[in-house]
Amino acid sequence: MSRRPFIQEPSKTGWWLKHPRYIRYMMREISSAFIGFYVLALIVGLFRLSQGEAAYNEFLTAATGPAGLIFAVFALLFAIYNTYTWFQVTPKAMPLMLAGKPVPGTIIVAVHWLGFVVASAALWLLAGS
Amino acid sequence: MSERTIELEILRYDPEQDDAPHFQTYTVPYNEDWVVLDAINYVKDELDRTLSYRWSCHMAVCGSCGMVVNGEPALACHAFVRDYPDRIRIEPLQNFPIERDLVVVMDDFIDKLGSVKPYIVAKEEKTVEAGEYLQTPAELARFKSFTACINCLLCYSACPQYALNDAFVGPAALTLAHRYNLDSRDAGRSVREDVVASNPGIWECSFVGACSEVCPKSVDPAAAIQQVKIASTGDYFLDFLMPWKRK
Repeated sequence: MSRRPFIQEPSKTGWWLKHPRYIRYMMREISSAFIGFYVLALIVGLFRLSQGEAAYNEFLTAATGPAGLIFAVFALLFAIYNTYTWFQVTPKAMPLMLAGKPVPGTIIVAVHWLGFVVASAALWLLAGS
Repeated sequence: MSERTIELEILRYDPEQDDAPHFQTYTVPYNEDWVVLDAINYVKDELDRTLSYRWSCHMAVCGSCGMVVNGEPALACHAFVRDYPDRIRIEPLQNFPIERDLVVVMDDFIDKLGSVKPYIVAKEEKTVEAGEYLQTPAELARFKSFTACINCLLCYSACPQYALNDAFVGPAALTLAHRYNLDSRDAGRSVREDVVASNPGIWECSFVGACSEVCPKSVDPAAAIQQVKIASTGDYFLDFLMPWKRK
């Protein structure tokens, strides 16, 4: 009897469409790109600010126009998704032991969200006032 | 037994006759209490003796009956027929060569498992007279969840990284390396490092997390690999800052 194993070749490009969990993974990875784009837009805004009031006003007009708003909404949604996925995996990467027992993952995630809310509120107070 | 029947679409491959695998459909009785393995056993016992597959314990302990059931890696003994539609597609584990029918060649995994030394590398060998290697419950709790791995290979079947890159050491082997690294009785971390902390080791993992989702024993290999990444990054900087501290 001879051995002749059949090699199962995976799809090199379409593999991520084969299961919802792979699509979720790709969404998570792509979400970070939108955060990058948003940071780039902020840097452009700072650069325009350095060029004077007129230049900055032009930037603000573009940013609050239809294209700018659509981009902002997408960036916000992806940023929230990215934050959610990031916090969800923190108990896996950073398990904590307290008095010889593992701290439940939900508590680790909740503390991250608490930090997120506190930091956001602090920024809001500092920048908004 | 009711008169209701279900259809099993099973991927068949005979290396002596077939150039490629093909599906063969069998009609088997529906039984509320059956797991998929029972239905496959019915095929083997009553309909087609040529069907090849692995199984042993029928209780999710031996890890032999891993296969892909309706597109999802599962233990056939741990998947109830009643949870599926009346037509169930059964394929061998993905990402491994098919030896015959539902039997895959797992040599690659066995080699990788051996390469991470999945056993205690003691600080110093003790004689039997010197007594046991003691461990507290708290020390055990650090790694206990990672000891539940039964080497069923569902995680390798689900891992797109392993699918695309044969060199990747993979979820189960890396998890077992981590399990022993965390063991207070073990001193083998630096010995495992060459394999574990390499590119084909932990750094090939992009944290899809599929391994943890399909694991029938809730081992969470994705968690283990991320923890090793953090520990390994710490080692890297420690080497720079305090080279005299290590080894």
